[in-house]
Amino acid sequence: MDFATLLQVLDSTIRLGTPLLFACLAGLFSERAGIFDIGLEGKMLMSAFFSAAIAFTTGSVWIGLLAGIASSMVLSAIHGLASITFRGNQLISGVAINFLAAGMTVLIAQDWFSQGGRTPSLVGNARFEPVTLPGAEALRDVPLLGPIYYEVISGHTILVYLAFLCVPATWWVLFRTRFGLRLRAVGENPAAVDTAGVSVVGLRYAAVAICGLLCGFAGAYLSTALQAGFVKDMSAGRGYIALAALIFAKWRPWYALFSTMLFGFLQALALRPDLIERAIGVKVQVQLLDAMPYILTVVILAGFVGKAIPPRAGGQPYVKER
Amino acid sequence: MERMPAWADVVLIPLISLLLAAILSALVILAIGENPVEAFNLMVEGALMRSAGWGYTLYYATNFIFTGLAVAVAFHARMFNIGGEGQAMLGGLGVALVSLYIPWPHWSLALLGSCVGAALFGAAWAFIPAYLQAKRGSHIVITTIMFNFIAAALLNYVLVSLLKPVGAMDPASANFPAATHLPTFQDMFATAENPLFRGAPANVTFFIALAACLFVWLLIWRTRLGYEIRAQGFSESAAKYAGISPARIIIIAMLISGALAGMMGVNTAQGEAERLVLNSTEGAGFIGIAVALMGRNHPLGVLLAAILFGFLYQGGAELALWTNIPRELIVVIQALVILFTGALDNMVRMPLERIFMALNRKGA
Amino acid sequence: MTEQAPAIELKGISKAFGPVQANKDISIRVMPGTIHGIIGENGAGKSTLMSILYGFYKADRGEIFISGRKTEIPDSQAAIAAGIGMVFQHFKLVENFTVVENVILGAEDGAMLRPSISKARKSLKSLAEEYELNVDPDALIEHLSVGHQQRVEILKALYRQADILILDEPTGVLTPAEADHLFRILDNLRAEGKTIILITHKLREIMEITDTVSVMRRGEMTATVKTAETSPEELAELMVGRKVLLRVDKKPATPGDVVLSVDDLKVTDDKGVHRVKGVSFEIRKGEILGIAGVAGNGQSELMEVLGGIAQGTGTITMNGRTIALAGRDSDGQARRRAGIAHVPEDRQREGLIMDYGAWENVVFGYHLDPKWQSGFLMRNTAIVEEAQGKMERFDVRPPNPKLAAKNFSGGNQQKIVLAREIEQNPDLLLVGQPTRGVDIGAIEFIHQEIIRLRDQGAAVLLVSVELDEIMALSDRIAVMFDGRIMGFRDPAETNERELGLLMAGIEGEVDGDEWQAIDRQLERKEAEEAREAGDA
Repeated sequence: MDFATLLQVLDSTIRLGTPLLFACLAGLFSERAGIFDIGLEGKMLMSAFFSAAIAFTTGSVWIGLLAGIASSMVLSAIHGLASITFRGNQLISGVAINFLAAGMTVLIAQDWFSQGGRTPSLVGNARFEPVTLPGAEALRDVPLLGPIYYEVISGHTILVYLAFLCVPATWWVLFRTRFGLRLRAVGENPAAVDTAGVSVVGLRYAAVAICGLLCGFAGAYLSTALQAGFVKDMSAGRGYIALAALIFAKWRPWYALFSTMLFGFLQALALRPDLIERAIGVKVQVQLLDAMPYILTVVILAGFVGKAIPPRAGGQPYVKER
Repeated sequence: MERMPAWADVVLIPLISLLLAAILSALVILAIGENPVEAFNLMVEGALMRSAGWGYTLYYATNFIFTGLAVAVAFHARMFNIGGEGQAMLGGLGVALVSLYIPWPHWSLALLGSCVGAALFGAAWAFIPAYLQAKRGSHIVITTIMFNFIAAALLNYVLVSLLKPVGAMDPASANFPAATHLPTFQDMFATAENPLFRGAPANVTFFIALAACLFVWLLIWRTRLGYEIRAQGFSESAAKYAGISPARIIIIAMLISGALAGMMGVNTAQGEAERLVLNSTEGAGFIGIAVALMGRNHPLGVLLAAILFGFLYQGGAELALWTNIPRELIVVIQALVILFTGALDNMVRMPLERIFMALNRKGA
Repeated sequence: MTEQAPAIELKGISKAFGPVQANKDISIRVMPGTIHGIIGENGAGKSTLMSILYGFYKADRGEIFISGRKTEIPDSQAAIAAGIGMVFQHFKLVENFTVVENVILGAEDGAMLRPSISKARKSLKSLAEEYELNVDPDALIEHLSVGHQQRVEILKALYRQADILILDEPTGVLTPAEADHLFRILDNLRAEGKTIILITHKLREIMEITDTVSVMRRGEMTATVKTAETSPEELAELMVGRKVLLRVDKKPATPGDVVLSVDDLKVTDDKGVHRVKGVSFEIRKGEILGIAGVAGNGQSELMEVLGGIAQGTGTITMNGRTIALAGRDSDGQARRRAGIAHVPEDRQREGLIMDYGAWENVVFGYHLDPKWQSGFLMRNTAIVEEAQGKMERFDVRPPNPKLAAKNFSGGNQQKIVLAREIEQNPDLLLVGQPTRGVDIGAIEFIHQEIIRLRDQGAAVLLVSVELDEIMALSDRIAVMFDGRIMGFRDPAETNERELGLLMAGIEGEVDGDEWQAIDRQLERKEAEEAREAGDA
């Protein structure tokens, strides 16, 4: 694999890893607060549709983004209602949300645009355009670093940079602020938070809301940055890959960056199976690459490579004991 | 002191949940500018008023019985098997291999063989997540989700690279030999003067599904294995005390669950398509979740819920054909049913319990 | 003194959970700078009352006055604002947080953590000096001993400027030495003018430290008296409503052949902690061996290995035959085949399936018996009949075999377990905490059944944290501390004081300032453990 192709692959790694990163951090907030969320997929999908649909109708991608975030947060609210207020099964609620999104997006798309469950293609201001970072053109010819800066780091949409900023921000919020302390506590032992006079319900709703916000970004990125418009089921399992990445990252923000980029890299490779064949001389099935994130996660879950210990109160509704 | 009579738990709560789901679905239909009453009539007309409609309804129901039972059996051991989809895919592969590579003299034997093949493949696919849960504590929900995707990739590979006949375009196996073709309801019930179930895919597998219901009922409530599965589901610590090995129960329950999900492949691959196609499961593995939740994990409930969903599927197809309502409406209804009967159960239950307690107090 | 407003005054507090009246019209006054004890049996409503005071539950009726002012306490936040701190029986700590993080949780100053943490660290230091509340502020909770975790809970309350401290059964998990240290802390707090409410069911503690005491029985407050003007006998009578018979009628034991012999048994839990560190003993036919000890000193793990729930190493022979301690043949089924019946310590988590009907529970663990099988199916009708008989013989009420176990009272649940295990006519009966959470009437019955089994020639191993129960039932007593047996005693020739010392890990008599000696010994032990933890 020559240098230029490598840069290309790394570039698509970032593009494909970004939605995973958003969704993974979304899941991180939710699960750190003790709310399992397998509905990342649904929230992304919902946001992808509304971002594209509203960006198309208003012609502004920013309004589209807001609509996408709002729609994702509505699903978060449903998840919160089911798993916090009514203390239902969080996993089942997540499954329901995924189906709700899968069905509603097509239903509404068909009603609004009558194009078989897709939105019209987005052009101009209805899409996020790549941003050329300062000095990228000028430094382009600097050996080694220049092309890396120009090809890999520069030239992404604003959302990509936002996603990367979210990593230190998440770390800072979780480990350096009062809110983070309480959030982590509520995922480990909600009774401790409750008896300390802090609302468990409030904290968990806040976590679920942040999860909705970040999933909203993830979905908007899919339909208005990565692609130009919504198509049916366009999240294509990314919510589940993000979930896998979260486990892979052991619920830590910096590890999440690493794991989502690893899975992004695998997806990038799956687009160019010829590269691997050239690099290692063996034909690798595309299907194997597709399945790789899932296989890696199962291996991690099996505890053969380090143990992934989820937050202790994860998945359990909080009930005051008698 | 019981808060609520058992019949309310078993009958009333699912019905109220269903009603809520129906009302919301009606609102959705209204919102997209269609008439819910007409839509419902159309669904009833298409799914239930003609024998061919029933032929489709029962065909879908057959799938959902298998996947619903699969989820229910796992639920009894307090495991959420979300991997029915992948297990059903592998079950289909089992059916294909058995049907393609063994020269069957008669469909009845072929049916037996493919049932075994489907069950074995489905069970095998459930085994790894079950083993990891039992021995390594890996969360079964996450691993079964992962295994759904791995199954999809595997099936894709097998169909495209191995089973696809040379020169064929679509990723599907060759047609199964004629000797393996199962009798449809039309073959069984139609007569010259009374042409029933014309063209409908419902086939003899439906009766296997009914037998599976009976089997699960006996297993769970009448055998010592069922006693142990339920004990493990209610309390793992107590099961250990009684000398019931949690690992063994987890694995056995998941094997049975996987086998049941896999057997769906008999209906789709052998009974309907008569070959293995890429997307033969069509999400039926997930509908099993809704069916089990609605059916309260009881085979009779699963049977009724499966027929209901069969009706929705067939009715939904009719709607898509005659109106501007896409088939995805059914996915929405399915989501709402899962939401209300599964996740928002307490929303329905708590007020109902209060009503019953107030009634009790008055009565006392 | 009479001019002063009471620190806490409750007027006519009532609370019902469904049909159960947990608190009935309760009124008390607690003066500032005193320790007020609330004593009563399990389930008398003590914890409910305190949960109402801490804002965990809302009272159906009644009023709360704090320092003379009527105060609404709808949630814990309001309780904290009113200056109330609570140390729960089950600690409310985040295990993988440090001490200081736990202390500031919910009481942070500002949105950033750093200033709060450095402030808390200073404040912890001064609190430690003032009240003998020493804990390493940067230690993770999961690495601390139970006694230290409790100190963190007290520190949490003090850090929130609590003037009123409620402690719910604080000594249940402590050794006598740790308990004594706790009482010294409480003494210091009282001297500083804090008001303390101590909830307990142990008379000794009430007599030792409280100024006034209230007695609760079945949700009602039966009396409030000055501690100096009462006696343990009087309190006990007020608690149960009649004279307590602590002595159980029993004939002297006539021990026969050795039934169970345990040699150098060691148990390590799944976290790698050594729970049982080489235990050896024998039990003979017709003998009850009682194991005394503070909860958490290896008794439970010992029972679990004998009952086939956990694995261990060493040698155990039953009727002369070695039984497996690991692998397939070490499960509960193998133990039952070897003639061991087991009434577990926690009937709700282990002994019963709470969602199963009584009938399904009477064969639980013995459900593989060919007696209950016909072909592939279970003989459900026969099992129901069996349940009817057992419920009649053990006076289980209501005698309805179809009723789910969770709908029976604690005593009746225990009778179901006992009926199942005793009627197997085992060679060895393991009994853990047989009367925990059981009403007085059922206690007598349960004790008699255990002795009847002994008189029929069975060997019985009894584990209980209630010293009275051990003294009353046992023919021989072994005391466990820190995974080892400290010694065997004859109940006729020992007393609670001697057993208490053994339970604290002190062998032989200590003279003069014995508790200080114990403290030193404990501190050495803790230091050792800390080193071990550091190495690991």
